[in-house]
Amino acid sequence: MANDVLVLAEHLSGKLADITFELAGMAKHLAAALGGKAIAVLLGSGARALAESIGADAALYVDDPALAEFNPEAYSRVLTALIKERAPRLVMLGNTSMGMDVGAGLSITTGLPLVAYVNRLAADGGTLVATSQIYGGKIQAEAVPDGEACLVSCLAGAFPAEAGRGSAPVEQIASPVPLGDLQVKFVRLIQPEGGDVDITQQQVLVSIGRGIGGPENVELAHELADALGGAVSASRPITDAGWLPKTRQVGKSGLTVKPKLYLALGISGAPEHLEGMRGAETIIAVNTDPKAPIIDVAHYGATCDMLDLLPALTEKVKGG
Amino acid sequence: MNIIVPIKQVPNLTDDLEINSEGTNVDLDSLQYVLNEFDEHAIEEAVLTKENAGGAVTVIGVDTTGELTEALHTALAKGADKAAKITGDFPRGTDSHTQAGLLADAIRGLSPDIVFTGVQAADDRDGQIGPMIAAHLGWPYVGVVTGVTVKDGQAIVHKEYAGGVMAEFEVSLPMVVGVQAAHQPPRYAPVSKIRQMAKTAKIEEIAGGEAAGAGSTARRMFKPEAASHAEMWEGGPDEVAEKIATLIKEKGLLKG
Repeated sequence: MANDVLVLAEHLSGKLADITFELAGMAKHLAAALGGKAIAVLLGSGARALAESIGADAALYVDDPALAEFNPEAYSRVLTALIKERAPRLVMLGNTSMGMDVGAGLSITTGLPLVAYVNRLAADGGTLVATSQIYGGKIQAEAVPDGEACLVSCLAGAFPAEAGRGSAPVEQIASPVPLGDLQVKFVRLIQPEGGDVDITQQQVLVSIGRGIGGPENVELAHELADALGGAVSASRPITDAGWLPKTRQVGKSGLTVKPKLYLALGISGAPEHLEGMRGAETIIAVNTDPKAPIIDVAHYGATCDMLDLLPALTEKVKGG
Repeated sequence: MNIIVPIKQVPNLTDDLEINSEGTNVDLDSLQYVLNEFDEHAIEEAVLTKENAGGAVTVIGVDTTGELTEALHTALAKGADKAAKITGDFPRGTDSHTQAGLLADAIRGLSPDIVFTGVQAADDRDGQIGPMIAAHLGWPYVGVVTGVTVKDGQAIVHKEYAGGVMAEFEVSLPMVVGVQAAHQPPRYAPVSKIRQMAKTAKIEEIAGGEAAGAGSTARRMFKPEAASHAEMWEGGPDEVAEKIATLIKEKGLLKG
């Protein structure tokens, strides 16, 4: 077995995702501790230049027309073959839309354990220790693989991206497995419809979650946002329910926002939501549960009823 | 169209989670269990698919709580047609690898066209069950999916990336889907209908065999120490509104 650390690079529309740099930086640190190399693995078609711009010890670029776009089946096949052939000590994936499609399956096809939702990683005297964030962010679980080698899927934003920017010598190879008979075919990318409001450009966001109760109360949030000269955004349950358009969703599968003021009303703060708003300058959280995770991220908190607060605050702002 | 939905129960996260005396796990026995919220969406998408394409939906799970029957009855009340549970000595907190192995064995015997799973669960420390089932069966998997349309032995699936971008894939059946959100919010099952199912529905029992475990050991669990904590404002809505309005003024955030 080699003591190398493999990192799956993620890219979309000709651009590397930040998770790639976050993983590469951590991989270099761990590889140095383990006495191996940090190797970024990039699957693509005509995308060698992307592989060159990752700050790992080396990059392995697999070029095949079937890899032009992310394809979970193609990625799984290629990665299974590479992991079996190169026997790395650790394989790092993002706990992202792409990484989640392949990580758990690779655990079965390679026989290596997977530790998911990882936000802390260490090579503790040669032992890998991976800490998962589970139970909606309420518990940290520190795990060690039963054997030497392991797969991990890491949360976005867990490690600094800066440490993984740079360049690496690239080894280009053809796909180690045939990809001509895939059951999964990529058809097209669908860009989000232009919304009425771009929530990433707002100075003030009145953001609502399950605590809003029902669609009839959403207007209260609009009234406050209007009074503040801002806009209404929401956590996932609200857009899934169709109470606000998808373009208003903050979080992992929505948008990342950094307003001057983020008013989180009736949002508990699932990790997927926090990922999209923790960079806001000032965060005020109003939630009836004082132990809700959003309170740990907020600068100011209150536990009063948001449905009473909304009209009261709108009045104060208008009168003020 | 033969549709299968593997489901599992997870601790209710609105409960206070306590760590056991050894510090190695959450004190699972003290917790209420509820159906994984993503499985609710998987059931909804499965029932919608049946309504559009015809066929039957079977819900199946490993009974790790002794209370799975209730969850199965609820799924039947929502429109599933058949229910099965895998029985054996599988305690609360049984890991994903074990559950996926057991489920894959059972699903293989049922020869479905499509399997809908919840994309993730709050307690799947060792990974998500859906892709593991797919890998065991040698079938394709696409996850983080918000819409599936089945036609002529193929599924058109929409997968979410960050920032609202979606990818469309065409997948030959059989396949496993990891549902992030159904086309529409999960339907509500009236209590009377759940009661009726509890009286009349037959739940098939499948004896669970052996399955490989997680391959990793949680040696310590703890509550995260918050790097910071909000300064809390006491009082009712009027007092809190006053505090927020003052802060907004201080920061010069009011337009105009």
